[in-house]
Amino acid sequence: MPPRTFVALVGAGFRRWATYRQATIAGGFTNCVFGFLRCYVLLAVVGSSAHVVGYDRDQIVTYVWLGQGVLGVVTLWGWSDLNDRVKSGDITIDLLRPVNPIATYFATDLGRACHAALTRLIAPLVVGAIAFGLYVPRRPQTFALAVMSLALAVGVSFAVRYLVNLTAFWVLDARGFLIAWAILGNVATGLVVPVRFFPDIVQWVLWCTPFPYMFQAPIDIAIERVGPLEQWGLIGVQAVVLVALLWTCDRVQRRGVRTLVIQGG
Amino acid sequence: MAGRFGIYAALVRAQIRAQTQYRLSFAFDLLFNVVITFVDTITILVIFRITPVLGGFDLPDALLLSALAGIAFALADLTVGNIERLPKYVREGLLDTVLVRPLGALSQLIVGDLSIRRLGRIVQGLGVLIVAVVLADVRFTPAVAAMLVIVPLAGAVTFAAIFVTGASLSFWLVEAGEVANAFTYGGRDFTLYPTTVYTGWFRRAFAYGLGFAAVIYFPTLAILGRSDPLGTPTWLHWAAPGVAVVWCGVAWLAWRTGIRRYRSTGS
Repeated sequence: MPPRTFVALVGAGFRRWATYRQATIAGGFTNCVFGFLRCYVLLAVVGSSAHVVGYDRDQIVTYVWLGQGVLGVVTLWGWSDLNDRVKSGDITIDLLRPVNPIATYFATDLGRACHAALTRLIAPLVVGAIAFGLYVPRRPQTFALAVMSLALAVGVSFAVRYLVNLTAFWVLDARGFLIAWAILGNVATGLVVPVRFFPDIVQWVLWCTPFPYMFQAPIDIAIERVGPLEQWGLIGVQAVVLVALLWTCDRVQRRGVRTLVIQGG
Repeated sequence: MAGRFGIYAALVRAQIRAQTQYRLSFAFDLLFNVVITFVDTITILVIFRITPVLGGFDLPDALLLSALAGIAFALADLTVGNIERLPKYVREGLLDTVLVRPLGALSQLIVGDLSIRRLGRIVQGLGVLIVAVVLADVRFTPAVAAMLVIVPLAGAVTFAAIFVTGASLSFWLVEAGEVANAFTYGGRDFTLYPTTVYTGWFRRAFAYGLGFAAVIYFPTLAILGRSDPLGTPTWLHWAAPGVAVVWCGVAWLAWRTGIRRYRSTGS
């Protein structure tokens, strides 16, 4: 895809979401309410001890509030555009275009993420900072690393969502897989409790899946739960995971297009 | 009245028949719903891996509390939960179809949208409840036994009323349906943990303002025979049905005002 087309699609994605003003405010509000709910539970876990699995009080508070913002940017669930187009038969139009649907949807999703980064990311951070006080990174480069990691997390999240949606090419309605992913995603990405709360063996298994790289990784980098070297390491792994997932999406899509029976009439 | 009841019964039967038509698929859905509720239980187990006490509750007590909350919410979600699709119905004009039929709009939407696969969630909750009751050393009296039945039911009515109130909001805020989630799913999350976990104005708002403390937390204290570290009087610990009644009033008012205000989208 020519870069100009890609940028135009990113812009289109941004503008589309910029028109849903009521929905953006509603989403931000809900993120903040859940921020309070989760923050109090994790604070009760920290209790009077100075550290819990390597997070101090400010870090755990920031984990929750930054997490509520990151959630709006990476969007773990609730994306079924591709599935809906397969169901309705509109996918033919996407496949007839001279650009790969993966690139089209990726570009629009990046546009959405950019809009969310300016709105949904900021709101919980402001509320969290006022209500609890947040952890401010000690190392200046952390800010840049966190932005890089967040961008990669958006990519990883998109690729996983796309892959789940692609199952619609075989089963016609990926609803079951989408719900399964929404539930699994809650736990496996570190949204409900940090992945580091789990027993060692479970942590190992989870870090071998793409899930923590779309949520836990950018937050751990931002709140400096990991050292400078590990920050770079995490970003490196995120990049590898993203490339591998996009490659898988492409392979699966090629296979899927061959078996797809177009719906509608 | 009997005739109307007959119609609803027939509609429910039709829903059950339709949803169980593909047996294997339905069995999977049911099983899947059993599995997903384990997420809440796993979360609590993971938290207690890190800390021995949460808000003054040990693991068996916390499990009892979360099981009661889980069952209450699952019951409401099974029966009324799909009312949250209302904004979609308004957008697509389906609400108009419902309104021209000679039955109540709300009851039609509720009956037409039952998802009986969510029975699986209640089964899981009951399992955890039984384990928790045994582990938590609950001393059985007739009052406690009655509470174990009434609390999930009253809680379910409360959550159902909140679902309806939330859906009514979408008559005013068509795009902002997500606000309702903060109180439906947010209320569920609030009741999954002891109210002692929360502090400040947030606790006052959710626990007392919206009445969530009286739905699960207070009754659990009564079942466990404990006094409230927050110092609330004991009679309040039996107030769950009262809160349900109040919320039903709110829901009724919100729905009635909303539906009267409704103007079709014309689609």
